[in-house]
Amino acid sequence: MYSEKVMDHFQNPRNVGEIENPSGMGTVGNAKCGDIMRMYLDIDENQVIQDVKFKTFGCGAAVATSSMATTMVKGKTVQEALEVTNKAVMEALDGLPPVKVHCSLLAEEAIHAALWDYAQKNGIEIEGLKKPKSDISEGEEEEEY
Amino acid sequence: MKQLIYLDNAATTKTRPEVVQAMLPYFTEHYGNPSSVYEFSTPCKQAIAQARETIAESLGAKANEIYFTSGGTESDNWAIKAAAEAYQEKGKHIITSRIEHHAVLHTCEYLEKRGFEVTYLDVDEFGTVKLDELKKAIRPDTILISIMFANNEIGTIQPIREIGQIAREHGILFHTDAVQAYAHVPIDVNEYNIDMLSASGHKLNGPKGIGFLYIRTGVKNRSFMHGGAQERKRRGGTENVPAIAGLGKAVEMAMADLRERADKERELRDYLIGRVMKEIPYVRLNGHPVNRLSNNANFAFQFVEGESMLIMLDMEGICGSSGSACTSGSLDPSHVLLAIGLPHEIAHGSLRLTLSEENTKEQMDFVVDTIKAIVARLRSMSPLYEDFVKKNGR
Repeated sequence: MYSEKVMDHFQNPRNVGEIENPSGMGTVGNAKCGDIMRMYLDIDENQVIQDVKFKTFGCGAAVATSSMATTMVKGKTVQEALEVTNKAVMEALDGLPPVKVHCSLLAEEAIHAALWDYAQKNGIEIEGLKKPKSDISEGEEEEEY
Repeated sequence: MKQLIYLDNAATTKTRPEVVQAMLPYFTEHYGNPSSVYEFSTPCKQAIAQARETIAESLGAKANEIYFTSGGTESDNWAIKAAAEAYQEKGKHIITSRIEHHAVLHTCEYLEKRGFEVTYLDVDEFGTVKLDELKKAIRPDTILISIMFANNEIGTIQPIREIGQIAREHGILFHTDAVQAYAHVPIDVNEYNIDMLSASGHKLNGPKGIGFLYIRTGVKNRSFMHGGAQERKRRGGTENVPAIAGLGKAVEMAMADLRERADKERELRDYLIGRVMKEIPYVRLNGHPVNRLSNNANFAFQFVEGESMLIMLDMEGICGSSGSACTSGSLDPSHVLLAIGLPHEIAHGSLRLTLSEENTKEQMDFVVDTIKAIVARLRSMSPLYEDFVKKNGR
């Protein structure tokens, strides 16, 4: 079902974890549809992404796209990171099954959400970055049983 | 080859070697068309008659009430569509439940688009149909009640005797999709007042592509497959003789050791459930704790997603299934898990393991140890778990 690269990034996900006091953090997705991604960025004064970590609740493709996306933004400037699109992530993974394409969109949105958080905190504007829509970290209460 | 621990017997079962042996002569030796007049076709006719007799006996039915089909889906389609057509002058209202298999639900939706009204009964937290709601749903124009015998996902066995009783009292036809229950749970169509019953061969160690529909004598249910005069003119098409012979053999064997097999599966299943519930935090058992199929275990692990679990289990050679959206090809998790009241994100973390008598305690130990490690690993990378821990402490 999945390519070797997807399986590799699912089995050995890169950059899993949290960053304390991150420069930017974004959570996207929705537990209802079964995928939530959280991206942490550590960005230096030259706007270079020094470190990135993620946590994901989701299927194999969701984990793999999160992992691949983190490797693609690490060491990049925020401007370059913006260019890491879902298409680029998908290509880097040698493709995804059609029903899983939305997972790659989530990875792109997670990067954008974390960058937006960084921009807000620092009162700067990143060219081409729009306010992310699907940040679920506020508003939606987690359900328990 | 790596080990295989097959725990998806609700999806399909291994065909018993004896069943394969029973089928083979009807490919190579007795390949005649059962409808032909010559003597060469006699063994084929006999094989069909024998299988029909075996199945009828297993249900307390008559042989001429058993109709062979391609499987559970066809049987459900036939029962519901043909009954709707035959009884539409009496009324156009059908009662079913929210947790039926899609073969029933999508058939009902099809009929809704064609002027029928369908009431989908809610179930309680264990997945049991509420009898008082069933009684309340009955109207003068209700022509059919279709409730599954046991649920394919959570294993809950429905109060079929009571439902049959209610249907009989109101003079309404009662169909049950018994695909998961037949030959696993004793069923007597007269005792339970069942008018139509669907079953499938490959859920009881028989071949795929064969099943049957029981239709009680006197029930108006016209032909579904138009063609030749096979199956008393109700289901045209040359009979799948090898598969019918195989189904007969599978039923014979399944009925012979039904209780013994169920006891063995139940003991192993309860051991599995016991260890999982005791050793893994934030887990719940889906389905009824007692009234459930003897081989069914269905868990919901909070903060993890089902497909990820399945892939990691697969790496260890363990076959299971999940009601997560990612495994269903849609964005919604299983309708059954939502119907029993699970929030979406918990339904996404469901894992169904359905055993067979071939499984061992050693396998269960390995499976539990593997699940423990997988759940711990997936939780360590789950933002939902991170939030939970920050809020509530570990």
